[in-house]
Amino acid sequence: MNVWYTLVEWLPFSFLQYDFIKNALLAILLIAPIFGLAGTMVVNNRMSYFSDALGHSALAGIALGTLLGLQDFLLSMILFSVLFGWLLSGIKNRARSSTDTIIGVFSATAVALGIALLSRQGGFTRYSNFLIGDILAIRPSDILILLIVLVLLLLFWILFFNRLLILSVNASLARSKGISVRALEIAFMTLIAVLVTVSIKWIGTLLINALLILPAAAARNVAGSIRSYHGLSVLFSLVSGVSGLILSFYLDTSAGATIVLCSAVIFAVSWLVGRGKTDSREEP
Amino acid sequence: MPTENRKISHQPAQNIHPRHNLHLNHVTVRRGGKCIITDITFSLACGELVVVTGPNGGGKSTLLRTILGEWPYEGTIIFSDCQGNISTRPTIGYMPQHLIFDRQAPLTVADLMLANSSRWPVFLSHRQKDRQEISKILEQVDASRLIDRRLGELSGGELQRVTLAFALNPIPDILLLDEPVSALDVKGQALFYQLVLDLRARYDLLTLVVSHNLDIVTKYATSLIVLNRTIRFSGPTRDVLEARERGTTI
Repeated sequence: MNVWYTLVEWLPFSFLQYDFIKNALLAILLIAPIFGLAGTMVVNNRMSYFSDALGHSALAGIALGTLLGLQDFLLSMILFSVLFGWLLSGIKNRARSSTDTIIGVFSATAVALGIALLSRQGGFTRYSNFLIGDILAIRPSDILILLIVLVLLLLFWILFFNRLLILSVNASLARSKGISVRALEIAFMTLIAVLVTVSIKWIGTLLINALLILPAAAARNVAGSIRSYHGLSVLFSLVSGVSGLILSFYLDTSAGATIVLCSAVIFAVSWLVGRGKTDSREEP
Repeated sequence: MPTENRKISHQPAQNIHPRHNLHLNHVTVRRGGKCIITDITFSLACGELVVVTGPNGGGKSTLLRTILGEWPYEGTIIFSDCQGNISTRPTIGYMPQHLIFDRQAPLTVADLMLANSSRWPVFLSHRQKDRQEISKILEQVDASRLIDRRLGELSGGELQRVTLAFALNPIPDILLLDEPVSALDVKGQALFYQLVLDLRARYDLLTLVVSHNLDIVTKYATSLIVLNRTIRFSGPTRDVLEARERGTTI
């Protein structure tokens, strides 16, 4: 951490004199690429509603943690969201209702369960920081967890991305190449569940999904290949993360919300650029 | 797993990989409580080009996807090589009737082909060596100029060429083609079947083609399966032709 602090002090920004800002900036520099990378496949697989539900289910995970008497809710949140994801995908493959209905039902149930348990004896306000998150409260030990998740995701992406890509194009094609479709789906979903959960405390359940979806969605508007899709998604994620953090400092707003607003601006611009490209392509 | 010598290359025919026979024994497939395929039994040998035909909804696509391992079934499906040794997992090349995919996805032909043929993650880069290899494969289906096109921009015929190239890499033991030429013009169809015949001659692979086109049966197929929930007819093509000449309907 000391190396990071020294490094950052060289930068000519007055707001970087505080340690909590330095920590937050480092956290953003780790979270942004993770979300930028993972978001590409979440968007390609049309899982954005699913990851949203995962974010919301964290409330129930916190409730589970309080019931078990845990001090740190991270473990119970991860446990709950992974189980929640497995259950959801298991039922999704068997049920007759459409996927979004099932996700809606599960998501609402998990949120209700969380709120009901956490609001016993009027104590919900204690947990409200999980709703909007507080990245300025992040400690070096928390940053280490983010670093571990980033390394895990990178490893997974390097080893399994090609298979994941074929699966995202068409499951039958993937199966014909001997890809274990179900195992890969579960592994990917577990990874997303862990990723979303470890970041919730810093970004908040309400906005975590936007961080996953917006940079990738913006990159999709303008990218023409898988490589540019990934590159742009990570870049957009980093730019909105850093600029959102800086803006939130000067505007005295929530960092998570400001980052998401920056992402939204990037999305709007990319949509206009992408539309321009499509129009010119369609002209004779 | 794919190895170098199983990729398409101009290697002599005697240097071929283990070939597979396909045996279906009393196979029944149910979906949502309904029997789609009932009690099918047949055996196919290496080097055969079998056309599966029959009315819509007769279970043709289901048959291919069951062989692919996509749907649960009752009965047994056994793969074996030409010496009769049982194999658990042959290499299958599959070409779906309509490749349903997200046409907006930023994905080029090279991205898809390299994700299949190379271990190098395509989100990082395309290695030149790998690109040359898939370019050769695409050339065989007259599609090498499509290599950097977005998959979603391709016409129906172009997409069928690319999915065939995808199915042929690595060279499969069994090639399953579901109405493969529906979007190709006459020239494209002739080219397509010429390629399938070449592959058959070179690698002795077993090919199953779902098709409504009886011209194909007479021109290219070695045998025919007529499927309408169960097998209505199966046998060598010449028997079908003789039956036709006699004026018998099958």
